Amino acid sequence: MHPDRFFTVEIDTNFHIRGWLNAGHDRLIKMGKLFRVHSLVLRIRKNYYDHQNVKKDNMDYFIQQLINGITLGGIYALIALGYTMVYGVIQLINFAHGEFFAAGGYVGVIFLSFFTGLGYMETYPVVCLTASFGLAMAYCAYLAIGVEKIAYKPLRKESRLAALLSALGMSIFLSNGLMLTQGVYDKAYPSELFQGGMHFGMVTVSYLQVLILVLTGVLLVALNFLVFKTKMGMAMRATAQDKTMSALVAISSNRIISLTFAIGAGLAAAAGIMVGLYYGSVRYDMGFIPGIKAFSAAVLGGIGNITGAMVGGLIIGMVEVFGAGYISGEYKDVFAFIILISVLYFKPTGIMGENIDDTRV
Amino acid sequence: MSDQPILELKNIHSGYGSIKALRDVSLKVYPGEVVAIIGANGAGKSTTLMTICGIVSPEKGEVYYQGEPITKINPENLPPMGLCQVPEGRRIFPRLTVEENLILGAFYRDDQEGILKDIKHVYELFPVLGERSKQHGGTLSGGEQQMLAIGRALMTKPKVLLLDEPSLGLAPIIIHQIFDIIADINKNDGTTILLVEQNANLALKAATRGYVLETGEITLEDKADALLHNPEIRKAYLGE
Repeated sequence: MHPDRFFTVEIDTNFHIRGWLNAGHDRLIKMGKLFRVHSLVLRIRKNYYDHQNVKKDNMDYFIQQLINGITLGGIYALIALGYTMVYGVIQLINFAHGEFFAAGGYVGVIFLSFFTGLGYMETYPVVCLTASFGLAMAYCAYLAIGVEKIAYKPLRKESRLAALLSALGMSIFLSNGLMLTQGVYDKAYPSELFQGGMHFGMVTVSYLQVLILVLTGVLLVALNFLVFKTKMGMAMRATAQDKTMSALVAISSNRIISLTFAIGAGLAAAAGIMVGLYYGSVRYDMGFIPGIKAFSAAVLGGIGNITGAMVGGLIIGMVEVFGAGYISGEYKDVFAFIILISVLYFKPTGIMGENIDDTRV
Repeated sequence: MSDQPILELKNIHSGYGSIKALRDVSLKVYPGEVVAIIGANGAGKSTTLMTICGIVSPEKGEVYYQGEPITKINPENLPPMGLCQVPEGRRIFPRLTVEENLILGAFYRDDQEGILKDIKHVYELFPVLGERSKQHGGTLSGGEQQMLAIGRALMTKPKVLLLDEPSLGLAPIIIHQIFDIIADINKNDGTTILLVEQNANLALKAATRGYVLETGEITLEDKADALLHNPEIRKAYLGE
């Protein structure tokens, strides 16, 4: 362990559990129960710097925040894509999208714990990771297809408000489903994964951050290829532009809509595992706040615009990390919403909306 | 001309809610024909084509294609059967390139070589599309969009091509160019064509037979020449 590493323990009044400790995590959970404050759980943050004493004007601190911001931004971008693609194709804000992210985090913790328990994680780390990500993404893809068929498809001819309310209902339903099946307490990711990192002076890039950045990059490139270079992607963009005409050239809009939901949920599931690994645990209601932040990112980028969602995600992640680092960590959730409200107020089409139409779905 | 119509509408009643767009429409199209439906704005011409393509479901009646009823078939399954429409207003995908628009015409096809060959063929028919293959559909002029819409339809390898107002909003010289191509498609590829037009003169000159549609009802059916010389038609639709 790096010599200057230490832990700060703070009480999280947001009722969020974010375990981030290599060992002793369970003990702290028990401690939380002991104090009978199970919804007011200890939040453990692994910091290399003491927030009180760090010199925030030095370059290392800035670069460290930059790296943290890109990591978080990439995760938001992955979630934001689902919002923007679904909106592009059926003009629905899928408020249940955050739940796919949460479900992905749970499938991830289940399989990663399973593989770790069997000891495969040490011998075949790549296979285990690929399998965990693949299974989580596939599970959420099918979950999303099911949700669309049950909650949105019957309402396709009704007003958009009806589908929106149905989405909110679905969100509550799925979140409670997770709670009932997985419990109200957070589930810890296997703690021995991806310890350590690379050090450049005072700047540290953890191996986990490298993994997240690489994987996010691969997924974003793959998505771009799918949407802009393949026939399916073309059909998806065509369906977003004119459903009747798409049908007249033999494109089934039902299939394309299912595909869109599947892809969006798959990306969200990957983001769910990343967050689980990054913060060390998952919780049934973890989809709510990141969901709204990613939605803000999609709006910021121009809803319906794929490149916009990626850019918006990065910006939201950066703003959150820099805001927390330089202004106040207590208000980190607020920054995303300030952006959301400002964009809706001053430029509802977002930074890449309408005018730059190349990259719309 | 064979005895069996390739496309037949039997007693179609159709409407949008309480508005009756079509009342007891029956018509037949035989293989290799060019059939024109003429009529004023709002007579139900587009609804007829949308009913054939399954976008609008008829309240009563049945559409037969090659002797089989197709009223219950989903619209996206009709192009693979050889039935394709160039809808009113052309409906190019505006944010896809010309080439992507053409590729999507062949969406259901898997023969990569055939698709490339057909794209080349479309570029031969409409050289301007070849020059603009990387441009977005939305940036084309009206005439170019109409060419692209026809080209895209050809990519589905249609046996029956439904054309809705191909002359709408175009300059006369472009209209002639497009109608020449339509005649070529009929002659060279043997594609049956059902043409809907407000421009009766143009449509009847291109067609072998014609139907007159007035407020949702077929009021007249005859050889195109006969209709062209029918005094009532000349008065109502040809401005005499």
